[in-house]
Amino acid sequence: MCLAVPGRILNIAEADGTLMADVDFGGVRKNVCLQYIPDATVGEYVVVHVGFAIQRLDEASARETLENFERLGLLDEEFGDGLGRAARQAGVE
Amino acid sequence: MKYLDEFSNPELARRLLDQIHAATTRPWALMEVCGGQTHSIIRHGIDQLLPAGIEMIHGPGCPVCVTPLETIDKALAIAAQPGVVFCSFGDMLRVPGSGQDLFGVKSAGGDVRVVYSPLDALTIARENPDKQVVFFGIGFETTAPANAMTVYQARRLGVTNFSLLVSHVLVPPAIAAIMESPACRVQAFLAAGHVCSVMGTEEYPPLAAKYRVPIVVTGFEPLDILEGIRQAVLQLEAGRHELYNAYPRAVRAEGNPAATAMLRDVFEVTDRTWRGIGMIPGSGWRLAERYRDFDAERRFAVTDIHTEESPLCRSGEVLQGLIKPNECAAFGRQCTPRNPLGATMVSSEGACAAYYAYRRLDLAQIS
Repeated sequence: MCLAVPGRILNIAEADGTLMADVDFGGVRKNVCLQYIPDATVGEYVVVHVGFAIQRLDEASARETLENFERLGLLDEEFGDGLGRAARQAGVE
Repeated sequence: MKYLDEFSNPELARRLLDQIHAATTRPWALMEVCGGQTHSIIRHGIDQLLPAGIEMIHGPGCPVCVTPLETIDKALAIAAQPGVVFCSFGDMLRVPGSGQDLFGVKSAGGDVRVVYSPLDALTIARENPDKQVVFFGIGFETTAPANAMTVYQARRLGVTNFSLLVSHVLVPPAIAAIMESPACRVQAFLAAGHVCSVMGTEEYPPLAAKYRVPIVVTGFEPLDILEGIRQAVLQLEAGRHELYNAYPRAVRAEGNPAATAMLRDVFEVTDRTWRGIGMIPGSGWRLAERYRDFDAERRFAVTDIHTEESPLCRSGEVLQGLIKPNECAAFGRQCTPRNPLGATMVSSEGACAAYYAYRRLDLAQIS
């Protein structure tokens, strides 16, 4: 949960009065709350933490970080199966 | 320099390291506040690439690790109740309480669910109006805006079966507490970059001035950390003690104004006990009075909690930077990620877990 991952905004829509966006994280897509970066636009990169965009990021830095995270297996840690990971750690699976 | 090839840009890493070596004339002790930075340092062997006199002391910035035992025990008690759906980040599932952990509650039939975002828990609440849905709201200033927005939305949308078990912690009071400790050896801080992405940097210059300690806002990737260390060493060698933002691509001085406005609306500052460390005045956030109906502690009125830490576990000393994980006699023996005695062995941010994941073989060779 402690990572903040850069992603590219694919589209923006309002849901229940809240600004939401589909964001692409190097192939993984998540629906993200955009309420804290309300003037962000489609195509921009934002830093996302637990489903919330918290800052903007330039494209070059964002791509570099995403490549690093992917290489280190951190994207899977952030977006993968948290319950399965806990089970493996407990030796249940 | 066996690790250097693993850096994304080995040339830049070498240049930064050369500059750190050239600038260093005497020993310095630096603390990286954030557990994510600790993992990056240990994973990439950054501490072993630094000049011999530069010591990295691992700080208490792992929210999973410092969530008080009493709160973990309350979470376990609430999650075990029938009719409750208890939602959490995955990192919390194996954190040991006094008796068991959330994973154990789930195995025993409790409805414990791992979510990516607190908004997912709110969705579960709206889809299950006959259930009480609780989200375990832990984290530093980076995570707090997400939990704040979720409670704000719950109130706005009238989702009365949702509540938050809140245990937020704050970095600046922790820095002050570390500097006030008689055992303190820290001479410079690498501050947590994404905390400052939210909060900005204005809380830190007064701390740097009061304690005469350089504070360098630092990112999480290996090259970011090298640059943070370089800036801290340059200040130390020059006798300066200022705030420096070494992570400007994600940190603006003003932070995120929309997020901080929401935090001021939803939360209020409170004293907070940090697991392994003790009470730090004004170091936490709790729900403000107008949101108190959404406070899980109030809704479930859990009492009769008798906390009991493992007598073998020295994670408190690890969290205070007094010992390194492998100096604990239980490390890698009685205490492993599969059977953790303390929270620092669990989390993907805990210092003991980092040493276990990346240093176990080295340690085995030494002993």
